[in-house]
Amino acid sequence: MQSTTRPTDRTVQLMATCLCDAFFDDVARATVEVLEHVGCEVEFPENQTCCGQPAFNCGDWPASREVMRHTARVFDGSKPVIVPSGSCAAMLFHGAPLEFEKEKDLPTVQKLANRTWELADFLVNGLGVEKWPGRFPARIAFHRACHTRGTGSGEAALKLLESIEGLEVVPFGEAEQCCGFGGTFSVSFPHVSSSMGCLKLEHLTEMNPDFIVSGDMSCLMHLSGLAERGEKPVKTLHFAQILQTALHRHG
Amino acid sequence: MAEQKVELFARRLDHGVQKAVHNNSAAGTEKRYNVLGTDYSAPDDLRRLAGQIRQHSIEYLDTYLEQAEQSLKRQGAHVHFAVTADDACRAVSDILQKAGAKKVVKSKSMISEEIHLNDHLGTMGIESVETDLGEYIIQIDGDHPSHIVKPIIHKNRRDIAKSFEREGLGDYNDDPETITRRARVFMRDKYLQADAGITGANFVSAESGRLVLVTNEGNSRFCLAAPKIHIALVGIEKVIPSDADLAVLLNLLGRSATGQQLTVYTEFINGPARTDRPSGPQEMHVIFVDNQRSEILASDCREILRCIRCGACLNVCPVYRQASGHAYRSVYPGPLGAVLSPLLAGKKFKELADLPKASSLCGACNEVCPVDIPIPDLLLKLRNRGHQEHAPSPGTPPMGAFAKLASSPMLWRFAMKSNKVMNLVPLEKLPLPYLQPWLKTRTLPTWRGGEFRSWMKSRHKK
Ligand code: SF4
Repeated sequence: MQSTTRPTDRTVQLMATCLCDAFFDDVARATVEVLEHVGCEVEFPENQTCCGQPAFNCGDWPASREVMRHTARVFDGSKPVIVPSGSCAAMLFHGAPLEFEKEKDLPTVQKLANRTWELADFLVNGLGVEKWPGRFPARIAFHRACHTRGTGSGEAALKLLESIEGLEVVPFGEAEQCCGFGGTFSVSFPHVSSSMGCLKLEHLTEMNPDFIVSGDMSCLMHLSGLAERGEKPVKTLHFAQILQTALHRHG
Repeated sequence: MAEQKVELFARRLDHGVQKAVHNNSAAGTEKRYNVLGTDYSAPDDLRRLAGQIRQHSIEYLDTYLEQAEQSLKRQGAHVHFAVTADDACRAVSDILQKAGAKKVVKSKSMISEEIHLNDHLGTMGIESVETDLGEYIIQIDGDHPSHIVKPIIHKNRRDIAKSFEREGLGDYNDDPETITRRARVFMRDKYLQADAGITGANFVSAESGRLVLVTNEGNSRFCLAAPKIHIALVGIEKVIPSDADLAVLLNLLGRSATGQQLTVYTEFINGPARTDRPSGPQEMHVIFVDNQRSEILASDCREILRCIRCGACLNVCPVYRQASGHAYRSVYPGPLGAVLSPLLAGKKFKELADLPKASSLCGACNEVCPVDIPIPDLLLKLRNRGHQEHAPSPGTPPMGAFAKLASSPMLWRFAMKSNKVMNLVPLEKLPLPYLQPWLKTRTLPTWRGGEFRSWMKSRHKK
């Protein structure tokens, strides 16, 4: 469980995540604009790379720790670290302390863990944002990313989304089910992973939403990748992109 | 490229079976969710409390086990300890042979599956009949359970009707009620003829020596009605401190397992028949089975011993729903099995070290577990152990190069930019063994490495 006394200063460090670094610069930009809108000054430590989760999940903890040590050095300090991904955030606040359990530098990664926030969690539970301004006339299906189970992120994201004028969040079946990505799981269990994803897509599109929305680009990359190969492509948006677009429509 | 065994099994699984497993599991998940949500305002708090009770029970297992032994003896039961599966089987057959018992009836018990008791009794010339309907069908088919609560989740009634016909239990008839009635008639004779009844135990209270059995068919009661001897096989981790703990545990067990507030039968067994309580078997034996549990208790995965075998994690698991129970090549499937089975394998850990990989680590298992076992963490620890012990893991990319890249910011930035060439080549043609399985069913987005960094820089210059 995450520390309850995480910092809430408005000067924050952004961990953009490797996926945004490589593919989804639009999501990282949206994150910056959203944070700035609520009065944050966003620092981007240039030397950041990845949270080390791929190696962690493969069981190669020494390799993962090497990456995490680098990450802990890059994000040294006391400011909040904001991550626009429930999965990478969970790697920092949960995975890292687990893989360092028997290591001497556990306190270093624990310190980082105690400063880490997933974006929606920070906005709502950290800064106390209750409502989001602007308009976004659309119906969306919100996929609560698996790594936000047991955290305040899912509820926080829904709270802000539902407060946006014109936006309707539609329900769907088996909402607790995973999108099937699971990092390297998707390549070492391609059949199981794809079947899970296709089932998820079926559920998410039950009510024909305009967009599938999540706080994690990894889930969305998997779902849209599958949908594009299938018959029914879908439009996906990151939670931060909805907030950003709503702001622009604010006038 | 070699395939993961669970993946291979799932890919070849009959579509009808997969659908049956999926639908049945999903229905179980929904029932559980509804009943817990209706009956309790904070079911998660209850799960955490139950987790603490079970964690406490195993942390002080040595104390409680000793206390349970004393209490059971006080009740008039004989207590045995078996270190290995073989020891446990031998303990059972020794008791039976000493009493000249030739026929036994069994109620459902996962630990008897774990130690392969029926095979052992067979070689000793002792007839052992499973009396739980699902387990009976497994037995006559020479099959294995594919779910710990619903052993024949992978079969449909037509399969069962054929099996009954083959066994001479009447002409083909796939009406569920007819099947049940025929099984009942067949069982009645077996109950009356049996010399001994073998059961498991869901809980043993250290304080009172009460043995608790939950069933829905009432078969365990029949197993203990006519036979003179009762043998209970109990994993050592089943001991709980006191009867009061049952208030939490039983309330969660039925709801988590089958969405029932309480199973149809909940039996509390207080030792063998006595003058003041003349019914039931004259002789009661409790065999506590270790079979690697002490090793697990000493390991960093001990939380798995909290498990109360409700099956909720199987039901909710998306991988289990795709692969079904037999994919796990062990008595315990699903998320529980992916942790427990390799641990129970002891020195043969490596043979099942692939199971912890068969998970997207989505954590749904932890979310439904009535004793709040951090299953994803345990899966990760076992992956790490598999890696350290060089267990084979087909399809898992080596991570050394990634670690080098991700701890060197210069190399990383270079890779981010230079990988843009990926947009210019047909990815499907590239000899990249770990990319191709992805591309077979999904596309990859356009590479835009470094774009965000440039944007950030340009803003700061302004
Ligand atoms: S691990 Fe938890 S959810 Fe799974 S069978 Fe055991 S008690 Fe039930």
